[in-house]
Amino acid sequence: MNSNQTRSLVDRRQFLKSSVLASGGLLIGISLNACAKPGEVANAKGGGQPNAWLKIGADNSVVIVIDKSEMGQGVFTALPALIAEELSIPLDRVTVEFAPAGMEYINTLLGSQVTGGSTSIREGWTKLRQAGAEARARLLAAAANQWKVDVKTLIVADGKITNAQGQSRTFGELAEAASALAAPKDVKPKSSDQLTVIGKPHRRLDSPAKVDGSAQFGLDVKLPNMKYASFIQSPTLGGTVKSVDASATAQLPGNVKVVTTSNGVAVVADHYWQAVKARQSVKVVWEAGANAQLDNAAILKGLATATGPGQSARQDGNAAAAIQNAKKVVTATYQLPLLAHATMEPMNCTADFKNDHCDVYVGTQVQLMAQSAVAQAVGLKPEQVNIHTTFLGGGFGRRLEVDFIPAAAEASKAIGAPVKVIWTREDDMTHDAYRPPALDMATAALAPDGRVQAIELKLVSPSITARMFPPVVEKMVDPFAVEAAANYLYDVPHVSVNYLRHEIGINVGYWRSVSHSLNCFVVESFMDELAHAQNKDPYDFRHQLLSKQPRARKVLEEAAKLAGWGQAPSGHYQGIALMEGYGTYVAQVAEVSLINGQVKIHKVSCAVDCGQMINPSIVEAQMTSGMVFGLSAALWGEITLTQGQVQQSNFHNYRVLRINETPQLAVHLINSTETPGGVGEPSTAVIGPAVANAVFAATQKRVRALPLSKAVSFV
Amino acid sequence: MLTLKINGQNVDTNAAPDTPLLWVLRDHLGMTGTKFGCGMSLCGACTVHVNGEAIRSCVTQVSDVAGKEIRTIEGLSADRSHPVQRAWLELDVPQCGYCQSGQIMAATALLQKNPNPTDAEIDQSMAGNLCRCGTYPRIRAAIHRAADLMKNTGAA
Repeated sequence: MNSNQTRSLVDRRQFLKSSVLASGGLLIGISLNACAKPGEVANAKGGGQPNAWLKIGADNSVVIVIDKSEMGQGVFTALPALIAEELSIPLDRVTVEFAPAGMEYINTLLGSQVTGGSTSIREGWTKLRQAGAEARARLLAAAANQWKVDVKTLIVADGKITNAQGQSRTFGELAEAASALAAPKDVKPKSSDQLTVIGKPHRRLDSPAKVDGSAQFGLDVKLPNMKYASFIQSPTLGGTVKSVDASATAQLPGNVKVVTTSNGVAVVADHYWQAVKARQSVKVVWEAGANAQLDNAAILKGLATATGPGQSARQDGNAAAAIQNAKKVVTATYQLPLLAHATMEPMNCTADFKNDHCDVYVGTQVQLMAQSAVAQAVGLKPEQVNIHTTFLGGGFGRRLEVDFIPAAAEASKAIGAPVKVIWTREDDMTHDAYRPPALDMATAALAPDGRVQAIELKLVSPSITARMFPPVVEKMVDPFAVEAAANYLYDVPHVSVNYLRHEIGINVGYWRSVSHSLNCFVVESFMDELAHAQNKDPYDFRHQLLSKQPRARKVLEEAAKLAGWGQAPSGHYQGIALMEGYGTYVAQVAEVSLINGQVKIHKVSCAVDCGQMINPSIVEAQMTSGMVFGLSAALWGEITLTQGQVQQSNFHNYRVLRINETPQLAVHLINSTETPGGVGEPSTAVIGPAVANAVFAATQKRVRALPLSKAVSFV
Repeated sequence: MLTLKINGQNVDTNAAPDTPLLWVLRDHLGMTGTKFGCGMSLCGACTVHVNGEAIRSCVTQVSDVAGKEIRTIEGLSADRSHPVQRAWLELDVPQCGYCQSGQIMAATALLQKNPNPTDAEIDQSMAGNLCRCGTYPRIRAAIHRAADLMKNTGAA
């Protein structure tokens, strides 16, 4: 980490503040150093303050505000658990609210208000437990003052504080007095042996609303007098509007209005289906722009011929020299395709523009960026734009983009009524920010006795971060391009990882597990190739190189044990893969067989060590979730372009895994008190190489280009 | 003007006859539990029951279902007490939750016809309902659990 980064993290160091709720309760907030002056904290008036994390009302309500978006990964349950633990209250007692856009909610691991990078627990682990611990300390101190007893004689349980005489005060009764106290000192969260909420498989707090249809997604927002819009975008990625002829819509039902926005044409009507039909009558002429001739061959050629020194992401010893001097060198090139996110909920946004403010209702992973994009598009200041975050019908990185957000505000401003813009599935599939393609070369030097002397990885792909967060890549290699490579786990004396950024003309985006999904395939396929090149068992070969990586070695062992490595039934074949990402270790074993020459995937076994688990049921769900997501991509995922236009449009030609195609998925959770790692993404990246390695074991065919189904038939 | 019978209630709508039932439910009638996913009967997010059959409301014209018994997620129970909902809650099936109304309606239709489905029968019957969060293992388990609950209560 360079000094600039260190300084920015220090600047953003957050501290707690508390204040009185207007209604007479306790509010615990976390404030930015830079924004609060000394003394301001204790005197802050809490009523209506939006930057709270925890609000304890005089009515005994406990409201926990979460700064992360719920997109299936479980933050709606896991983040409140961190605070409930410190307050010793059952998780069912808390009410959860989504935070607005605000600097207070900046994700300190990512530098903006972002739900992504499997950071929610890692970032909240200390901050939220500390907020809960401070609230607990204040409530205890208030009770101790009232009874004039030592705090140590008091017991906190079930939303009450009880003294040695058996008298109790509820949190609500104590909240106002607690808020008036001086900030408690030396407050520490509970130690791991005191945990009663954290680490237990609590049911999700959002499940009830998700089994009766009442959960509010962006698509479900309804405002008085709201109009609906369908949204036409350039078929060629990056193209712009040249002219619009909407004359044929004049006679159509639904009071159709056509609004040209900053990135397309909104066709607005009283009802959505009227807008969809009217869209067909709007003639738009497009300026195709720079991508008019772009296709997959051109992209691949660009990656293959990209030149330049690249940037070093890891340099142990001198891999180049070791390879030059080696008796035996193994090399292989791997190719990864563009992928779509294909969230179940297509992109949509609802906006209500008024002259001095705009309310925006949207499932987003980036509230501040959404706020800024809308402000810019409609000529307001960011603070005049209120972002209301709904549940997200899948995120996977797609909702880190704001391309689908401003048009609703622009259309609302133009017609003077609230507007909901809904993309069709086809709009969504053909206008994604796709997972970057990559063309990567791996080289190894082997000693005469078979030991791996050197590993060299040359990674070539476009950079997402260069577009999304340009300052990050000014002075360092894009950290989100070299994951699962720069942290190469195996004990090899010479390791070189080099990243050559090569842009391809279209936007690429963060896709669940980001570059892990590229580089884990490269590294773990290559490790398998090295094992087979020497007739070594792929598990033993890896295991012997992990003596300095006990956690990685343990997950490898546990995955092998769970799968019965080496004991597959006759005619069944296994493949194994391992990764560390997001502070979490994952190993998977895939088991396949051949049926009339076609590969059938029977089972995938996964072991995970994510450190301290908050909710094991959610960890298990995220492991299988990532495996299904990753297997869809490994088997079939590929976006192709012709003349700059995406050829896939819906689920018939962008195939994703169905229930009948899902193999048995087994997960072993390793209990640990290590610092929590992220769980939303890592398993996604491991299943591709595990299956590819099993395919090799079964067929002796090494598939180095995904998707696998282009080279091998699957049952 | 069309009259629809939704969850046991007669409801009038002035939607054009060729409007998909999905958008009449969501946009004209404010019943947003039924979701839009693909518009081509490929993903099952819009699954509702018409005369007891699971159908894709995104490709069903509203005029075709006038007078028929339409059941949506909102009509499954008033209090999440339907055995399929209870099983979904017990096993904590939902993740993002967007596809789950459709999954639950498809599972309910399956169990009405086949009170004790095998894994293979579940797979066959549920293959039209996509879930990008990959909740499939828990969906399978929850359908078995719902089958058990139904045996005990006789509800459907």
